[in-house]
Amino acid sequence: MKKMMTGNEALARGFYEAGGRFASAYPGTPSTEILENLPQYRDSIYCEWAPNEKVAYEAAYGASIAGVRSLVTMKHVGLNVAADPLFTAAYNGVTGGFVMAVADDPSIHSSQNEQDSRHYAKSSKIAMLEPSDSAECKKFMAEAMHISETFDTPVMIRVTTRICHSKSAVETGERADVPWKVYKPDIPKYVATPANATKHRQKVEQRLIDLEKYSNESPLNFAEMGGTDVGVVCASVSRPYAKEVFGEDASYFNVGMSWPMPIESIRAFAAKVKTLYVIEELDPFMEVAIKAAGIDCIGKAKIPPMGELNPQVINGALFGVQPDFKTVDAVAAPRPPVLCAGCSHRGFFYTIAKNNKDGKYVICGDIGCYTLACNPPFNTIETCVCMGGGFSVAAGMAKVFELEGDDRIVFGVLGDSTYMHNGIVGAIEIAYNNSRVIPCVVDNSTTGMTGHQDHPGTGRTLMGDTANIISIEGTLKSVGFEKVFTVDPQDLAAMQAALDGAVAAIKAGERSAIVARRPCVLVKTRKFERGLCEVDADKCVGCKLCTKVGCPAIAMSGKKAQIDITLCVGCTVCAQVCPADAITTVEV
Amino acid sequence: MSDVKTILLCAVGGQGAILTSNILTDGLLKAGFDVKMSEVHGMAQRGGSVTTQIRYGKKVHSALLGNGQADIGVAFERMEAVRYTSLMKPGARFIVNDFRLTPMSVAVGAAEYPENAIAAVSAVFDTVVVPAADIATEVGNVRTMNLVLLGALLKELGLADNPDVDWEEVIASAVPEKLRDVNIKAFRAGVGF
Ligand SMILES: Cc1ncc(C[n+]2csc(CCOP(=O)(O)OP(=O)(O)O)c2C)c(N)n1
Repeated sequence: MKKMMTGNEALARGFYEAGGRFASAYPGTPSTEILENLPQYRDSIYCEWAPNEKVAYEAAYGASIAGVRSLVTMKHVGLNVAADPLFTAAYNGVTGGFVMAVADDPSIHSSQNEQDSRHYAKSSKIAMLEPSDSAECKKFMAEAMHISETFDTPVMIRVTTRICHSKSAVETGERADVPWKVYKPDIPKYVATPANATKHRQKVEQRLIDLEKYSNESPLNFAEMGGTDVGVVCASVSRPYAKEVFGEDASYFNVGMSWPMPIESIRAFAAKVKTLYVIEELDPFMEVAIKAAGIDCIGKAKIPPMGELNPQVINGALFGVQPDFKTVDAVAAPRPPVLCAGCSHRGFFYTIAKNNKDGKYVICGDIGCYTLACNPPFNTIETCVCMGGGFSVAAGMAKVFELEGDDRIVFGVLGDSTYMHNGIVGAIEIAYNNSRVIPCVVDNSTTGMTGHQDHPGTGRTLMGDTANIISIEGTLKSVGFEKVFTVDPQDLAAMQAALDGAVAAIKAGERSAIVARRPCVLVKTRKFERGLCEVDADKCVGCKLCTKVGCPAIAMSGKKAQIDITLCVGCTVCAQVCPADAITTVEV
Repeated sequence: MSDVKTILLCAVGGQGAILTSNILTDGLLKAGFDVKMSEVHGMAQRGGSVTTQIRYGKKVHSALLGNGQADIGVAFERMEAVRYTSLMKPGARFIVNDFRLTPMSVAVGAAEYPENAIAAVSAVFDTVVVPAADIATEVGNVRTMNLVLLGALLKELGLADNPDVDWEEVIASAVPEKLRDVNIKAFRAGVGF
């Protein structure tokens, strides 16, 4: 049956059809929906959210060692977290086929950097495939499993935002029957001692030679001959772009297996065309390999090395073709993402901002919806590096203030999912090294930013089963935070009291922490009673204090505040700050 | 290649543009076209600006093109029409919801809302203004604006009564059971607009 599928749905389908048994991941845009599409195959596949990517990688690798086909998925920065097991799994090899699907985010739509993860396949010396649409996502998953088992290696499938989140037609098929390779201990293979690793080191080099031969012969790498004036080497999403630009008169070398590069096939192709272009997003990955083989080509000398490509970017860069488009006589105001109406983080950041007009607090943030509190009207988050960094960066900064005799108090702020990911280790750093930091977990009881995934604190698994709840307060207390203030941040008076309490405690030399807990209003599995607030225009004094809560549902309409009924959910934070009692809850 | 049509949807996160494009692409596939769709979500979900591009025809290579290429556009909010005019073909048809959502930049006084948005877009594009919020409120739920706009789009494309696709069935399978009827009503109102 033909179905419209995103690349992520197709990767999940491909894993099912390839006889996959075990999948683990930590969410991250644009990779998240691969795992979210697996519970529908629960009769055949076990799937789970792990606390972070390193753990997910190790769990999936364990499943491969135990003898089944397994999958781990992550976004590009997740691979940085999982890089440690990757480099040794690449030595030890696999039992069941083991595939890692890694999603890059060119143009930084939803990430903290732009990273070309293809270099990881090269430096860890494993095979890499790059599908160009959803149909190939499905097909390449089966091929990756085959390569993994044939060459005894992890295989990376590298995708990008436009592959993950674009839809195209996919023909579905039957699930392959892949029996369990019953586990037997193999100590020389799986125990990475220096002696064993030294042997594996040589095996890895030979494997690269074998894989390169395979790559040269693989039908995943194929030429499509048209005219011979222009030849184009392209991979991933650049393949359809190149076809829009060069049309049917050019010849194409389509790279589906991009590491090891099919250099001899490309050499043969290059010999048939007058001018050779290499079209790829981000770094000159293929280009460097092609040039190193002594083949002349035009690539990043013209094509931008950052941001997404599209047919027009390529046309402009190579041929100076500029599109014809019209502008209009109006300017759109910026519309960056904001904390939603009813966001449970609002009360926390409103309170911190209100208490910190003089800058006596330093707020180290982290990655999640709450990072948006770096924007007006809050301007409260002062740093954001990587997941879990909120606590540890705070620890380092606080030590400097201590060394330099500055009495500013440092807060480390991160979300509940980020706490489970790596933040918990930062809490240990603060406690162990006695840093003057108040760790705060803004707990909306879900992984909000990536679309509401469960995690070890939510009590539910990816497959919908009830799970043990790892307590945030319990773990904070057990590592040494004597005073943990748990508060509903939507109650502004209580939030203020918690803040005062935590600050007083740290000033008295005690270790204090804040857990600001209220579930996200958008989580579908929880029942949320929607309400509505209304402004009484006669009472409104036009003081604009309500706009300081940074809610998208409230804005001034002339001299009076007005609430948008399509957005308001009735959280009442604006009503609590109104000095004129002009905002009230109404029946819906 | 010339038979390929490019549709641009631009909206504010939360307005249902992605659901709309899912319904649209499922229906186009049923109607026998090759279809590709590209969207950006993630950060954009949180009330930011979102776009979706859909291309359909006999054979579609790329889901994305670039500036000046969309044959028809739908703006779910009027200022979003202004933001994405550069993606449209000069003189193309632009369906604009006259609905207004004030962004935070305007609410905090850092920017101004372009009060002339609709007039400015109409001066350059073949613009159809749809009072989708009023229509959706009338059928029973202001949040079904997206289906009103989908109806208006399919009518413009001449696909609303394509014999190979039962759009109401596609909608029914894409929305929650209890919202089925109101969404279908909104869709019909959009086609009839
Ligand atoms: C290493 C890494 N993995 C995944 C992500 C993607 N990501 C960004 S924010 C986030 C989750 C944040 O959840 P939480 O801490 O609960 O905060 P919330 O968004 O719910 O406020 C994730 C998974 C990332 N940026 N880095």
